[in-house]
Amino acid sequence: MIKKVLLMGNPNVGKSVIFSRLTGVKVIASNYPGTTVEFCRGCIGSGTRKIDIVDVPGTYGLQPISSAEQVAVSILEKAIEDKDSIIVNVVDATNLERNLNLTLQLLKKDIPVVIALNLWDEAKHTGISIDAEALEKILGVPVVTTVAITGEGIKELVAHFGKAKPGAFDYDEEERWHEVGRIVGRVQNIQHKHHTIGERLGDLTIHPWTGLPIALLALVGLFFFIRLIGEGLISLVTEPIFENIWAPIMMRLSALLGPDNFLHKILIGQLFEGSIDFGQSFGILTTGLYVPFGAVLPYIFAFYLTLSILEDSGYLPRLAILLDNALHMIGLHGMAIIPMFLACGCNVPGVMATRVLETKRERFIAATLMSISIPCMAQTAMVFGLLGKYGVRGLFPVFATLFIVWLAAGNLLRILVRGESPEIFTEIPAYRLPHFATLLKKIWMRIYWFLHEAVPFVLAGVFFVNLLYAFGVISAASEVIGPLTVKVFGLPFQAVAALLIGFLRKDLAVGMLAPLGLSVKQLIIACVVLTMTFPCIATFAVLLRELGVLDMLKAAAIMIGSAFLVGGLLNLIL
Amino acid sequence: MATYSLTDMESGQKGKVVSIQGGQGLHARLDALGIRPGVSITKISGQIMRGPIIVRVGATRIAIGFGMARRVEVEV
Repeated sequence: MIKKVLLMGNPNVGKSVIFSRLTGVKVIASNYPGTTVEFCRGCIGSGTRKIDIVDVPGTYGLQPISSAEQVAVSILEKAIEDKDSIIVNVVDATNLERNLNLTLQLLKKDIPVVIALNLWDEAKHTGISIDAEALEKILGVPVVTTVAITGEGIKELVAHFGKAKPGAFDYDEEERWHEVGRIVGRVQNIQHKHHTIGERLGDLTIHPWTGLPIALLALVGLFFFIRLIGEGLISLVTEPIFENIWAPIMMRLSALLGPDNFLHKILIGQLFEGSIDFGQSFGILTTGLYVPFGAVLPYIFAFYLTLSILEDSGYLPRLAILLDNALHMIGLHGMAIIPMFLACGCNVPGVMATRVLETKRERFIAATLMSISIPCMAQTAMVFGLLGKYGVRGLFPVFATLFIVWLAAGNLLRILVRGESPEIFTEIPAYRLPHFATLLKKIWMRIYWFLHEAVPFVLAGVFFVNLLYAFGVISAASEVIGPLTVKVFGLPFQAVAALLIGFLRKDLAVGMLAPLGLSVKQLIIACVVLTMTFPCIATFAVLLRELGVLDMLKAAAIMIGSAFLVGGLLNLIL
Repeated sequence: MATYSLTDMESGQKGKVVSIQGGQGLHARLDALGIRPGVSITKISGQIMRGPIIVRVGATRIAIGFGMARRVEVEV
């Protein structure tokens, strides 16, 4: 009786897509090796016939190289011990030879296997034909052809779970590649095809002379695209909704509650000249809702739309190659650009994605750097809202400072943190046109994640802030820490509250700066210091888990130290 | 027939990997993506300032860091 199905295979062959198809559980799939860094579980069937499906991180072989691969191998070993599992080995039909290397290693293990020959349509398009029946005969395990993205072959795959068998194919380990070559020679037929225009264009994007300008253009373009969509949605959709529909309702509620009582303070907050200011009133139903839905959500959508297109097209690994040299300056290699990119959305998945890096040293550097100098999109959106009206004069110093901090801190960490610094070594996936439905699903998943994980924190934060003010905790804290912030950062006493709330939610903390009437210089310093000081509680938790207590403490010390240094310097320079 | 390291090959040149100058770790890492003595390899391009080398092995395009690529000897 099968209890568990492990989806195993090389990176970027579509395991996560098959997983979503099988279980309906939504997981992120992209077009680059190493999207899945942690196993994910779901199930099919019902009642007593329930089968667990496990989406295992991709691996090229059974000698793990990165920590994501280590996860894969441990899951396999556990499953072999339990004797209640089968493996669905997902194989990329466009790349049979390299994929069979893992297949043969799996067949040596004492566990039943079914092979899913995925990307079957793409193989056909590129002129590759594979005799699946012959392959089945040679290997002695069932082979099912699939096109996971459209769902073709998934039913047959499930029907074959019961027919999974341990491999009957015996070979000499030393001769593995020869065996692979022999099998491929027997089952695969490639019609010679000329390079497509897509491939040629693809090569242009990694050629240094053409690739670097294209990358620069692409990055600048992305920035403006995100800002255009974000601002567009705010001024055309969310602000009108809040101002024209929500504000009147809130005014009525305000009249009903009457001013100057506690409930009014918590729900509506302060009125400015008799009306609500969504940026400053600071009630749960006013600012509490406006920050996540009015100001941040448009940017979250804009960012994840852009990121998801970038991920699914296959451009990110190419960017990694072009920027490899730059990343060596901060002790990392090109692939570290992927976690950094994810961190621009939210630091939590960013820290998780550092698992694609090979060594502990690289993971420490990458995770520390992103918590110091990469603001999440929620925070960025609020910074745009606060400083956007000053244009380049307001925004440039913030992001330029953070970029310089990223480079400088990275450089220091490269020198100070001892250990190996491996080089980039990665497969470059073919460019693919993003699949529209899958893309939408992915963006929705990420927005859902934001709504689900972040919004409660913002609402709780607003409530909490009001309580702290009411009980005088914040004024007491300001008395203690205030003199320091005045002296070092040139920020008023009241900014202490924002710095403290930064631990809960950074977007809310930036929002708390709005009513303080700060100068441009003070706003710039406050935004930089808020990014650098301490990660929000969600990031803190994931850092603790990924780095361990000791390294987490080290990272935190670096963050606080550098925040004081940089904030103080800005106060002197600006 | 002459032997070059991957870094010394011209872009577009084809050849056969003859040896890998390195320990077991390097062999295993390269082997995982199909780079081992005996396979045909095509250099697609290099990057400026000792950046990664791009090659094609079978149907796969692979980026290899300069230091690793230098240790792959190819017979052209």
